Amino acid sequence: MQKFKTLLSLFLTYLKIGLFTFGGGYAMIALIEENVVNKKKWITKDELTDIVTIAESTPGPIAINCSTYVGYKICGVLGSAVATIACVIPSFVIIFGISLVFDWFMSMTYVQYAFNGIKCAVGLIILRQGIKMLKSFKKNVFSLICFFIALVGILLINFFAVDFSTVFFILAGAVLGVFIYILEVVKKNRQEKFATKTEASLQSDTENVEEVEGGNEQ
Amino acid sequence: MIYLELFLTFFKIGLFTFGGGASMIPIIQQEVVSNGWLTEEQLLQYIAISESTPGPIAINMATFIGSTQGGVLGSLLATLGVVLPSFIIILLIAAVFKRFAQYKGVQTVLKTIRPIVVGMIIAAGAYMVVTAIGIQSFYSMSFDLLSIIITAILAVIMVVYKLIFKKHIPVIAFILVAAGVGLVTYVIGG
Repeated sequence: MQKFKTLLSLFLTYLKIGLFTFGGGYAMIALIEENVVNKKKWITKDELTDIVTIAESTPGPIAINCSTYVGYKICGVLGSAVATIACVIPSFVIIFGISLVFDWFMSMTYVQYAFNGIKCAVGLIILRQGIKMLKSFKKNVFSLICFFIALVGILLINFFAVDFSTVFFILAGAVLGVFIYILEVVKKNRQEKFATKTEASLQSDTENVEEVEGGNEQ
Repeated sequence: MIYLELFLTFFKIGLFTFGGGASMIPIIQQEVVSNGWLTEEQLLQYIAISESTPGPIAINMATFIGSTQGGVLGSLLATLGVVLPSFIIILLIAAVFKRFAQYKGVQTVLKTIRPIVVGMIIAAGAYMVVTAIGIQSFYSMSFDLLSIIITAILAVIMVVYKLIFKKHIPVIAFILVAAGVGLVTYVIGG
């Protein structure tokens, strides 16, 4: 009985989250925090941050990732299925309804005019989102090169209508990431060996440097 | 077999969209247009609707395209397909790893992928702007004057709003404004 109550509460909470998230992604994090962290206390704020990081690092929409994770934590596999389904139901019902009347709706002249305007807006919205994300990642020569290769590569693919899946860019990035990680580990191991060997001589070096710096200040 | 195709295509989309939201648009764009399910123009309409209705864009697009291509069953299968990869992966992570994102290796891989995803999103956005004004590809170019005017007006509105209110214009408000600008421009100019 207790389990049923929890499942119901899980279902209703995620139904609500699914219903009120417009635009998806980060817009919903505030809503999740309000309901799942503050009201229900199912997870802590730190756990939410963890979930967002996991959601970013795994495929799929954040809303789904979060509902699966919280559902599992509260009620196991059954809980995760219930929460995920609840989160999907609102958009499924609404969009399915719209898709039924879409063709009829689109055949009206004024609607077409309005959609000609919207058509121009969508590209701008996505462009803005991309630029917002461009500002937020840590930039160095390497990451900028990756960025430009993806940008120019995909523009060329689209412009010349080449048949090449964009998925390969992400896969290549993942492989590159693994390679870099291995390099870092190897480098670190080597440095540690080097450090233990020359620890004594290094120490006397640092002392000398400190003395010189102290002299400069005076 | 449209049902299987819908399921598999959206499973693939669900599997390769990191970070959700906008990052899935380049992949959806490619998969769906190359399958001949949507034209570039229909895709823009679908994205606009997905952006202005509740729920994650991925789910909305899957339900929408599934429904127009294969009715109720198609829409169920496409939605299931797009949800399943994240469901399985998160379940595994929740069950096996405690703090998955804290692993150094995971972080390095993510850090490498992120700029690529951002590049993909900007390319997709730029390509959509260019398509909206009539340039499909190198081989089919035309210029639609009214669309160019609308795009210019909307870009100005976006920038001016940011300058005045110090924050981005909300997506839904911007789509409504765009509908108004489109209506007025075509009534006057068309």
